[in-house]
Amino acid sequence: MTDRIASELSGLQVTAPAGLETDVLATVGLLHSYCTVLGPIGPLLVAWSPHGITAIAPLSAGRADFVADYEARTGTALLEADVLPDHWSRRLRTAMESGKLGSLPVDLSSLTPFQQAVLRKTAEIPPGELRTYGWVAREIDKPGATRAVGSALNRNPVPVVIPCHRVSRSDGTVGNYAYGPEMKRNLLSTEGLDPDAVDALAERGVRLTGSDTTHIFCFPTCRHARRTMDIHRVEFRSEGEARAAGYRACKVCRPAAAVA
Amino acid sequence: MSIATMTTALTDRLANNLEGSFPELIRTHQDGIYSGVRRLAPGSADAEDITQETFVRAYRALQGYEADRIRRLKLKAWLWTIALNLCRNAARSRSRRPKTVALDPGHDSPSPDSVEGDALVSVGELVWQARLDMLPSRQRTAVVLRHVVDLSYPDIAATLKRPEGSVKSDVHRGLERLRAIIETEEIS
Repeated sequence: MTDRIASELSGLQVTAPAGLETDVLATVGLLHSYCTVLGPIGPLLVAWSPHGITAIAPLSAGRADFVADYEARTGTALLEADVLPDHWSRRLRTAMESGKLGSLPVDLSSLTPFQQAVLRKTAEIPPGELRTYGWVAREIDKPGATRAVGSALNRNPVPVVIPCHRVSRSDGTVGNYAYGPEMKRNLLSTEGLDPDAVDALAERGVRLTGSDTTHIFCFPTCRHARRTMDIHRVEFRSEGEARAAGYRACKVCRPAAAVA
Repeated sequence: MSIATMTTALTDRLANNLEGSFPELIRTHQDGIYSGVRRLAPGSADAEDITQETFVRAYRALQGYEADRIRRLKLKAWLWTIALNLCRNAARSRSRRPKTVALDPGHDSPSPDSVEGDALVSVGELVWQARLDMLPSRQRTAVVLRHVVDLSYPDIAATLKRPEGSVKSDVHRGLERLRAIIETEEIS
């Protein structure tokens, strides 16, 4: 009788639910997930770890390439999920609507400290404004590393939310973008900046603009520069020219190293 | 290859490459843990969560262990120590929660669409669950670990940190009690 009981008890063995392994691996971070999200200028692929958003690319870049690049870069398997976890999906939407990272966690742990510094600094650039590669280099105390900044931004794993599209070439033109210059220009347009006007100004040789009432010079897209009335706007080809005219650098956009 | 050598090899692999071998640990042990937890946790809806949490905690613990400590682990017994703790915690927090009268059907009793895993609940399983629920918890745990999960007596003794003899007698008494329960069912 007890033998029969024992054998019936062993018949209570069941199979674990199908998604259990995946859920555990995703929770501990041995497997990352991705899904599609509607971005400011079209659908995006968004990947995440337990610590935050790890990668973003336009859907047009292709799922297969996105997954292959991701797995090669991070060494972690990437599996498609239906949606972003609730607590992050709201923050991601806020970040995309406001153009500011805010409380959205991004996981940059697979990058070098230099790349992380470049991206953190870039995240500070306000929507609708441009800074140059040289500006980023100077701001992170690596004034000689302009080219390295350019290549770090070109490999920005989380474009759009870390706005590498707001970094222009040193000559002030909008410049190139990892997913093509059109995407960069479209992103800037949705933030209220006219990329053609930016290029036209740069092509005339204008790098900085100032106000003859305040005697302060800015990057042309700085919010302070943009509210200067046309009759008061002064154009400069270089920092030296601005300083020679008795102007000082804006403390908000910091277009040049502060002079004591 | 015997089960024992396979298990030994897995601890070695975990010690050498935790991230690469952890999926194998889940695959090897998830059915056993889930089957047992389903019988021991207060509601079968919790069983999936508890099983999942068992492996999450196992991973986080292994991350902090030296390779030698991982090599020496008796994986089954160790995993069950974690799982039983979680079962106890779940029972405790459930008993603290105010009991609601089941106007909302299917929280405790599985309804057809409640949880994916519950789709497979059979009448036989419900009958056995009711019988097991009548055992004192010490006997129930011992019987489930021995006969549902198929843990060895030394593993059960290690899991419960009790002498093998006392575990054996719990299993024995548990089976006797089940027999008595079944006989009562047949009379009535």
